[in-house]
Amino acid sequence: METAICIIAGLMITGALYAIHAKDLLSAVIACGIVGYGLVICFLLLKAPDLAIVQIVVETITLIIMVAVVLDSSREEHFVKPDRKGYMSMAAAVVMTAVLLYFFILSVAMLDPFGSGSLRMASQYINGAVELTGSVNLVTGVVFDFRGYDTLGEATVLVTAVLGVITILRIKGRR
Amino acid sequence: MTAYILCFILFLAGLYGVITRRNLIKIAISLSVMEFSMFLLFALIGYTDGGVAPIVDPTGPAKVYVDPLPQALVLTAIVIGLATTAMLMATIIRLYRKYGTFDIREIKNLKG
Amino acid sequence: MKGMTIIVKKTTRLISGLVFLYGIYIITHGHLTPGGGFAGGVIIAGSFILLILAFGSDFPGLAREEAGSTLYENLAILIVVFLAVSGLLAAGRIFFLNWIPKGTPGELVSAGIIPLYNIFVGIEVAASVLTIFLALVIFKEELAE
Repeated sequence: METAICIIAGLMITGALYAIHAKDLLSAVIACGIVGYGLVICFLLLKAPDLAIVQIVVETITLIIMVAVVLDSSREEHFVKPDRKGYMSMAAAVVMTAVLLYFFILSVAMLDPFGSGSLRMASQYINGAVELTGSVNLVTGVVFDFRGYDTLGEATVLVTAVLGVITILRIKGRR
Repeated sequence: MTAYILCFILFLAGLYGVITRRNLIKIAISLSVMEFSMFLLFALIGYTDGGVAPIVDPTGPAKVYVDPLPQALVLTAIVIGLATTAMLMATIIRLYRKYGTFDIREIKNLKG
Repeated sequence: MKGMTIIVKKTTRLISGLVFLYGIYIITHGHLTPGGGFAGGVIIAGSFILLILAFGSDFPGLAREEAGSTLYENLAILIVVFLAVSGLLAAGRIFFLNWIPKGTPGELVSAGIIPLYNIFVGIEVAASVLTIFLALVIFKEELAE
């Protein structure tokens, strides 16, 4: 199981690195789709079918919006040879990522090994959930009953984002 | 533990893209990649070896279930990621109509 | 934005109704099978986006449709908040209380107030995604003329 996830994660890293360095903008957007759909396969391997359904449809909608923005323009990235400031910023980025990776390895070594299932809150949410909420799907019971405030906040964020999009894209005022 | 480290390397690839790229579309794609890596990390933490998907069969025997709490958090986060990406794309298309370019250094140099 | 060829139009006319029905199935069986309000809502929005992409956009009809979808979205989020407040008014005085009697687990009519939440959150998410897409299409059409 862990080797399969590592192989797919390697493919996702390759896709992300290609998307950053591609010259044609449409190829970069499609390479972003590799990362999204690889994530769907990872969710299915990790026994999370709820997340797989949501991720696949949301990724499709995101790709449609991105392609609609990209197709409207000249689809090339102007590649300029980086000057001294560009090289310094690239070097600083590499050094910072190496430092972050070192500290992450230090902290992950203290976790339990992968797949041992030693989270303490899991048993509290699983035992007796079917009697308390009445729903057979445990994830829906957690999302709408045990953690209803988070769902209310998420719906509010979605409504606010739609208001923002309508305000930005308005040319003529209302009569 | 290798899976956690590969997941974080994906996050760092996205962070490198946000810092060093000048094109607005590349910045938006890198931000999206950073969000995806964090979804994978949450789903990895909640996994139990030999567990099944968290749908209970009320008549059958009791089984070992995968932890449903990280899955609920990731479900909320996926929809919020969609909202953020949509708003970023609206800003980008408005900037392109006004200035005619996707390059952030040229937009910074123009005035009004 | 022009429409597509005639093969795409005929196929879309056959398929978009089935996609809409599938979205409704995922929403209403949210407490029995994987899915729920969010997945079903985005699928329903996907069926409308398919229709708009295949048949092209004539501009005056779309502005009216954007007003309609914004109305649905705001009504649905108001009803979600009222359902949550109704837990305060019913027995127990707890926000978000699940106060409708829960039947036997595994039936379609069970789990208290959770199917109602699923339906209204699904309507709200579908209207939100459709409004975002319509705003983009109307922006492009307004600049093309």
